[in-house]
Amino acid sequence: MELCAAGPSPTLLRCLLLPRGRHQSRDSFPLRGCLLLQTPFHLESSGRRSISDKGLGEPPDTRAVGDLGRIWGRTGRREEEEEEADGHEEMLRRALGKALGLVGYTVQYGCIAHCAFEYIGEFVVCSGPSMKPTIVDNDVVFSEHLSRHLFRIEKGDIVIAKSLSDPRMNVCKRVIGLEGDKVCTSGPSDIFKTHTYVPLGHVWLEGDNLKNSSDSRSYGPVPYALIRGRVCMKLWPPHSVGPMKESPTGRIIKTKPHSDWD
Amino acid sequence: MAQRAGRLYLRAFVGGFFVAVPVTVTVLDRVAYVARVEGTSMQPFLNPEGVSACDVVLLNRWRVRNYEVQRGDIVSVVSPKNPQQKIIKRVIALEGDFIRTLSYKNRYLRVPDGHLWIEGDHRGHSLDSNSFGPVSVGLLHGHASHIIWPPNRWQRIERSLPEDRGPLLSAHAAEEEEG
Repeated sequence: MELCAAGPSPTLLRCLLLPRGRHQSRDSFPLRGCLLLQTPFHLESSGRRSISDKGLGEPPDTRAVGDLGRIWGRTGRREEEEEEADGHEEMLRRALGKALGLVGYTVQYGCIAHCAFEYIGEFVVCSGPSMKPTIVDNDVVFSEHLSRHLFRIEKGDIVIAKSLSDPRMNVCKRVIGLEGDKVCTSGPSDIFKTHTYVPLGHVWLEGDNLKNSSDSRSYGPVPYALIRGRVCMKLWPPHSVGPMKESPTGRIIKTKPHSDWD
Repeated sequence: MAQRAGRLYLRAFVGGFFVAVPVTVTVLDRVAYVARVEGTSMQPFLNPEGVSACDVVLLNRWRVRNYEVQRGDIVSVVSPKNPQQKIIKRVIALEGDFIRTLSYKNRYLRVPDGHLWIEGDHRGHSLDSNSFGPVSVGLLHGHASHIIWPPNRWQRIERSLPEDRGPLLSAHAAEEEEG
């Protein structure tokens, strides 16, 4: 209520007589203004003459308006600026409040989005020929991140992993062997086959299109922590929507279950 | 009456929960987190008293969001041997550098593209690139920026390479001189 306390009472009257949009939109103003007008000593202490005789709950008459006009002419500019300054301050405060609220919502939803993309899953657009015929160029797949965080990636899963030579690129390959598994490092057309064991903490990745895929056969086993997620469903194109198929290459060496341990 | 208050309280709690948990998780994943250093592989710089008093460091995740590190930084990486463990070591060489190794299968080696060579300060007591080779930059987890506990060891961690462990031939030497 600095408006009434600081400025002389004609300011108050003027507001009521010539309502400005910004004052009227304030919820509490009209009520408080009326209350203050009722108290006589406030009006008298202002030192403005003739207005103190009027306006105590009575509707303003022409004399008050006339005096008002005179006073306005003298000091109205400054009061107007003060009012405008206060009005501006109020507007600024409200705008700031709204801006802060907006920032708060953005931060909250940004954090929820981050958690969803990091821990639940994301949509991936694939490009390249290395996973034909399972995944072809411009397919959209959904890769879920839960199994990666729970360490439940299995042999035969198609995964999205960060590229070994450029962490900003991602590759989409199939897991042929987990740590400790035996994998075949020679090509399918070689006569003499060579094998190796996947080291601890690594996986062996190969594309389904063996002829046109650069994978672990060229850059070696990939650390498990580079895996981002497991591709579980294809979403586009519409005619091939559904879960991912088994490996067509037959490169996965199945380990025999140890039945003599029971 | 009490039931209504209880329900309101529950709603407020659940609402707050759904705000606090994602924000906390996002801050820990993207901005920074705190971790205790265990082991002696970075002595005497970290954990100089050994097991009796472990240092706690602030790991800055925002700094490594674009995988930018420099030689001499102390970083935390996901262990290539065990994806559930993080190890904290010093970056000795970046991709393209030619280095002399201490106990690796090759005496001299060019760090491949997209890889780093990391070593612990405590030679011989450190499981680092000398045993498992260059580590992929994608395994980079955080940059250790400050030691925050114990209070008498509160300091900002500065970049520093051991004198004899720099790269022999640096792929980035020209850029460093200009910058």
